[in-house]
Amino acid sequence: MTAATGQPTATRPALRHRLAERGIDRALLLLVPGLIFIAVLFLYPFLYGVGLSFSPQQGGGPFANYRKFFDDPYLRNTLWTTFRLALPAALINVLASIPMAYKLRRPFRGKRTLTTLLVVPITLGTVLTAEGLLEYLAPAGWLNKTLLALHLIDQPIELVHNYWGVLFSLIITGFPFAFLLTMSYLSGIDPTLESAAATLGAGWRERFRFITLPLLAPGLAITFCLSFVLAFSVFPSAFLVGDPSGRTRVISIAAYHAALEQFDFSLGSTIAVIMTVAMLIVIAAVLAWRGTLYKGASGGKG
Amino acid sequence: MSTTVIDPVPTPVADTAAAPRSGRRLVGSPGTWLVWGLVAFFFVNLAGVVFSVLVSSLSVRWFGTWLPDGWTTHWYSDAWREFNLSSVLVVTAEVALSVVVVSVLIGLPASYVLARRTFPGKRLVMLLFLLPILIPPIAYGIPLATVLYKVHLAGSLTGVILANLVPSVPFVVLTMTPFIEQIDTKIESAARMCGASTAAVFFRVLGPLLIPGILAASILVLVRTVGMFELTFLTSGPTSETLVIVLFNNVLGAGIRAPQSVDAMAVVYTASMLVLLVVALRFINPTQLVTRLKDESTA
Amino acid sequence: MTVRARQFDELRLDGVSRSYGGHAALAGLDLTIGCGEFVALLGPSGCGKTTALNCVAGLLPLSGGSIWLDDKRIDGLPPERRDFGMVFQNYALFPHMSVRRNIAFGLRMHKVPKAERDRRVEEAISLVQLNEHAAKFPGQLSGGQQQRVAIARAVALQPPLVLMDEPLSNLDATLRLEMRTEIRRLHQTLGLTTVYVTHDQEEALSLADRLVVLRAGSVQQIGTPEEVYAHPANRYVAGFMGYRNMFELDVIESEQARVVLGGDGLKLRGVNCEAISSGRAVAAIRPEDFVVGKAIANRLEVGVEVVEYHGRDQSVQGRLRTGEAVHFRTDQRLAPGDDVTLSVPEERVLVFSPDTPPPPTEASG
Repeated sequence: MTAATGQPTATRPALRHRLAERGIDRALLLLVPGLIFIAVLFLYPFLYGVGLSFSPQQGGGPFANYRKFFDDPYLRNTLWTTFRLALPAALINVLASIPMAYKLRRPFRGKRTLTTLLVVPITLGTVLTAEGLLEYLAPAGWLNKTLLALHLIDQPIELVHNYWGVLFSLIITGFPFAFLLTMSYLSGIDPTLESAAATLGAGWRERFRFITLPLLAPGLAITFCLSFVLAFSVFPSAFLVGDPSGRTRVISIAAYHAALEQFDFSLGSTIAVIMTVAMLIVIAAVLAWRGTLYKGASGGKG
Repeated sequence: MSTTVIDPVPTPVADTAAAPRSGRRLVGSPGTWLVWGLVAFFFVNLAGVVFSVLVSSLSVRWFGTWLPDGWTTHWYSDAWREFNLSSVLVVTAEVALSVVVVSVLIGLPASYVLARRTFPGKRLVMLLFLLPILIPPIAYGIPLATVLYKVHLAGSLTGVILANLVPSVPFVVLTMTPFIEQIDTKIESAARMCGASTAAVFFRVLGPLLIPGILAASILVLVRTVGMFELTFLTSGPTSETLVIVLFNNVLGAGIRAPQSVDAMAVVYTASMLVLLVVALRFINPTQLVTRLKDESTA
Repeated sequence: MTVRARQFDELRLDGVSRSYGGHAALAGLDLTIGCGEFVALLGPSGCGKTTALNCVAGLLPLSGGSIWLDDKRIDGLPPERRDFGMVFQNYALFPHMSVRRNIAFGLRMHKVPKAERDRRVEEAISLVQLNEHAAKFPGQLSGGQQQRVAIARAVALQPPLVLMDEPLSNLDATLRLEMRTEIRRLHQTLGLTTVYVTHDQEEALSLADRLVVLRAGSVQQIGTPEEVYAHPANRYVAGFMGYRNMFELDVIESEQARVVLGGDGLKLRGVNCEAISSGRAVAAIRPEDFVVGKAIANRLEVGVEVVEYHGRDQSVQGRLRTGEAVHFRTDQRLAPGDDVTLSVPEERVLVFSPDTPPPPTEASG
């Protein structure tokens, strides 16, 4: 591959020639601004935060903050609260996306409109969604009114300022994301593979199970990871439609609270680090599972 | 023949290829009804969410009835004055546009290298550019805010712009790399064979080809920056709050102001986002709005 | 379900048509295919041949007509219940399955017991001589090997009918010749009824028992390779069958079988293929039917412009004094600038009506 990208280096000195053969030449300088940027604004603050997390403001040794987090049930539980929200939300979003994307993968009239409408909640962002949910799901909101009118319930159900409000907001913003991602993975699978399976006697169930699903699985793993990241970093909606001091006190609220309300930057950083590690563990697990799957070309343009 | 064409546009050709009898199957099977039912359910609720806000912002009073007692638009002028929306919008535009320009300037050269070269450590560089998108903004936002406080940038417009650049630059890189990859290298070679200098190759050949990609990436960054809550929330001060922060603060502090007034602001926010969205969709496919991570993660 | 090769008498396509939003990609194809026959659908891209194949396979619903397998109407059946084998242009091998599992897929779908399945998979693998590659994945195989897997997968079920969609178009020239022989050999040993789609007339002529020439969705001619080659039905088929020279002239004299055309200082006597009596007509002549030097009949004075070396002979492009290009082949050494006299026996000049059917549109293949 290096030969293909090589510059006309034949007449240059030997060292430069040897470097060029490995793909190192002046063009790589174009990367420098980007890398400096990442180093200064991302890596340095992050590592600084990691360092800060090991030097607690109240003293007590490098691990005092970590001990504090896991000893204090009020802090420790935020981790489980977050998982209890993020895992179901990511699972629901991905699992609902599969059949829908599968059914809607073929071109049909209005598909573009549909995908466009799906983008709306992504664009609106969490804050506006939360604001809308507050009114829509309120005891006197349209949803409760409709359910009451249909005699499905006897009295308004509590859907905001609790777990359900946050879960709904995670689904409303997360589902379109998972759906569009799944759709783009599906469209990367050569449709003639399914045709081939059909001529070999496979009905739609078999085609889905033996052809589409195995080829889609690596993409689904990525979709799950990204949906999970999105749900795991839940913050404004946990404040607005949740119960931020109780049942939906998620880990990002704890981190924010520690750092910018109590001004204990060290504890805040500790919580941020724990949050990152917990998330990376889940992603690593999913990616490890993905590693066992077939990941080669899935047809596409031949 | 076109049996291998995968074309997002529903042309008859793609239909031939796509075929397993979608024509017949789309009618009536329970699975189809279920799927369309779910789609409808999702959109009904979404419409409920959006229209609740819209109707409320236009209502005189609205307590526990299907529709409000009367209609008015005065909440908009109220909100405009009360929340000082004009200056908030100016701040929002300043932040968003600066982030777009800077992130394209930094991200584009990097994505050119990543698209065209193989070099030792390329995977590591890719990972570095992926991390700020993968890690929750709160998780790196708190240490970042801490550092910005230390250097006295937190609370200022510069601080907000810097913080918002962290996910935007990688986003430009991840959007533009596949875009540049799909431009045939032979075009550059051909330009060189015709005697074009490096500068001429960049500005006369590559530049025009890159414009659609740059536009798409810019609009995506714009949309994401205007909607970005966490990082702005952590780093902004009274003079550097963007629309979404003002909205959040007022939703959280509900009760102080009339809810209609907050809703009016929410509608302004929605409207500006929708305008961006409509502009965006003229240039890009909806799936792109989600992510282009796919190309990297499968590489 | 039993998967023994089911014999049948005939597959009948009855006015099969398919249109996309008002545009007819295939208009009323009537065709009867006998058991064991090798039929090629021939035409340029967009002529409707792939559409026809997909209709037979069940991958495309018809918009008109019917398909019958003996007395059974099959055009309402989904592809998985027609039990035809199909070889796709891009092979469509399942990338996540080994060669062996690819070939076994159809047998698994038909719930063939494991022992028999294994036996038949091994049979199919040795049939296409892939024994040492059986455990590999499609991505590790060359184009020719992938093609063999695709064929083995299609024939492992011993289907009554095998459909092939330009199976050789993705291969390079040498491999294509080799696989062509291979397909012919398989057809002869297995006696499989085959419908083969191609745009390559040489491929179609060498493989098929019968050709169906299509253009813009409608059939131009159906016949054996000899018939189509020697007696094309119209100017379009002639053009497709290698009649590279077409001179549009006035009819001077017309009898039942012969016709004389003239104009532009040319006078050509040829076979009256479409019973033309007056007006304009087109004389079609193959490059290899010209004789250089000997003036028998139908003389043409030509200035040589371009000479291409082809080993045993040369392909020459010349020009008439009137400016029209003439393509001919000769084993004489010619150089650009030479003036030569060409002649052509009158039975080798085919005269057609100039009215061509609508030009081919870029629609579905």
